[in-house]
Amino acid sequence: MTEVVLQNENEMDEEMTLNMGPHHPSTHGVLRFVLKSDGEILRKATPEVGYLHRAIEKIGERNSYPGFMPYTDRVDYVAAMFANECWATACEKLMDVEVPKRAQYLRAISCELNRIASHMVALGCTAMDIGAITPFPWALRERERANDLVEELCGARLTFNYHRIGGVSFDLPKGWRDKALAWLDRFDPAMEEFDRLITYNEIFVRRLANVAIITGEEAVDWGLVGPNLRASGVAWDLRKEDRYGVYPELEFDVPVGKGEVGTVGDCWDRFWVRVVECRESSRLLRQCLDKIDEHPEDDIVGKLPKKMKPDGEAYARVESARGDMGCYVIGKGATEPYRVRFRTGSFNAMSIIEAKSPGLFVADLVALIASLDVVAPEIDR
Amino acid sequence: MQAQEIFQKLESQFGAEVVSDFHEAKGGDKDAWFQVAPSRVADVGRFLRDEPELHCEYLECVTGVDWPKENRISVVYHVYSLRHRHRIVMKALCDRDAPTLPTVVDVWSVANWQERECYDLLGVVFEGHPDLRRLLMPEDWEGHPLRKDYVEKDHYHGIPTVRPNPVELFGMKAAANAAAAAASAAATAAAGKDKEPEAAKA
Repeated sequence: MTEVVLQNENEMDEEMTLNMGPHHPSTHGVLRFVLKSDGEILRKATPEVGYLHRAIEKIGERNSYPGFMPYTDRVDYVAAMFANECWATACEKLMDVEVPKRAQYLRAISCELNRIASHMVALGCTAMDIGAITPFPWALRERERANDLVEELCGARLTFNYHRIGGVSFDLPKGWRDKALAWLDRFDPAMEEFDRLITYNEIFVRRLANVAIITGEEAVDWGLVGPNLRASGVAWDLRKEDRYGVYPELEFDVPVGKGEVGTVGDCWDRFWVRVVECRESSRLLRQCLDKIDEHPEDDIVGKLPKKMKPDGEAYARVESARGDMGCYVIGKGATEPYRVRFRTGSFNAMSIIEAKSPGLFVADLVALIASLDVVAPEIDR
Repeated sequence: MQAQEIFQKLESQFGAEVVSDFHEAKGGDKDAWFQVAPSRVADVGRFLRDEPELHCEYLECVTGVDWPKENRISVVYHVYSLRHRHRIVMKALCDRDAPTLPTVVDVWSVANWQERECYDLLGVVFEGHPDLRRLLMPEDWEGHPLRKDYVEKDHYHGIPTVRPNPVELFGMKAAANAAAAAASAAATAAAGKDKEPEAAKA
């Protein structure tokens, strides 16, 4: 005890070390922070990750190219479709496989549905983490509807395993299009409701505006991607940038943080960008559902090489719900890849927390984590 | 800017000892890449970021690949320019026994955790890194799992890492065989029943 007193010569300067997590409800999975704080004000928050590390890259080295697909679901279980897509895209790039148009539309449809479902979790959880309970079930209700549709499409609600190298596994079931359109007609007004319920709610805005501002330059330097980057005022979306799949044929806008209620790049902007992205995804879905029947049915897998034993390396990336997800794959003429690497959005978003935390209130750290929309398995993989 | 031009610019700036071995994006290599001397990675990175024509402000990915036959570990940097929309890949070949190279955290902050992960899983030491600790594995973990010759230890703090085969452990195989035998016997009996009416008809 005496030692402790001697260390703190200045009594006003008492640093506390606090443990937050790994089972804290606001840490979205199993995450741990070691906080150094002076009363309520943080000096430093050090994230300790790895609780959900399941060595996906090592598993990749032991599986065949198509056989690794179900494992990629587990990279990000809130938005599993994108890891599927990313792995398929990387393999297609490596093996020069062409994807039929209809399969590309099915990919866009499944991914945009999943983007909405994922953003619903992000938005609901952000609201709940800072004390608003009602928006969470509202958002989850819409997510469930989206999951119902995906379930009809591929048979699973969480780990989809829907995409294949060269295409997708199933075509649209009969009557699915009408069901999806009926849901979208419900969903658009529900988002208006959501705005009235929480986005422009006075208390909510005061709680998030001007908190943990990340400037555009910082965001690029720290490799923030997706909605987090766009909230900082950088209009960078891979769907526009790389023009992959059918996205060049579709019309949609990329929302960028404007600092409507505070400063560009604050927590509220990160929330708002996701709200607008849901509407844009809904627009994209309607266009895809209109255009998909221009292409012949059941033409959903491209021409594959007889033996998948590529030699070479490729880096592919797709715009996932958490931004640029990259997959680096090296083949050495064997049925298994020589090296697989996933680089994900949450990983980068998590690393910025250590740099942004000094000076925040402990309660604002919760808002920062929630607004960055980190998902623990995507960090640890 | 084309990858070839980027490489030529780097070559004229640093010379052939630092950057060499340029590969176009063709054949198996889907992205253009070149080799960089491990000791000069940070300098080349800084030039890539600061030169207005290159302006590669976004470090997409840092990772390592183990090549035990060549006794090398290659550290691969995917660098992208948001402004000019070009990508270049640089690879630093390090000695496998003591892989060491300078950190690029001062150039791109995003390298911080990616280098930690690379250190954790492959044992590459990034000199000058502000906080080079294990990221994903426990701090007292032995070995670097993504190395090709890595063998997991039998125990970690008294916890066995190899699980016994449950079929053998609980004698489930014998039980399963017995169940299968019973099922097949039942099936035969059922088949016999089906046949009976036919026999009666006959």
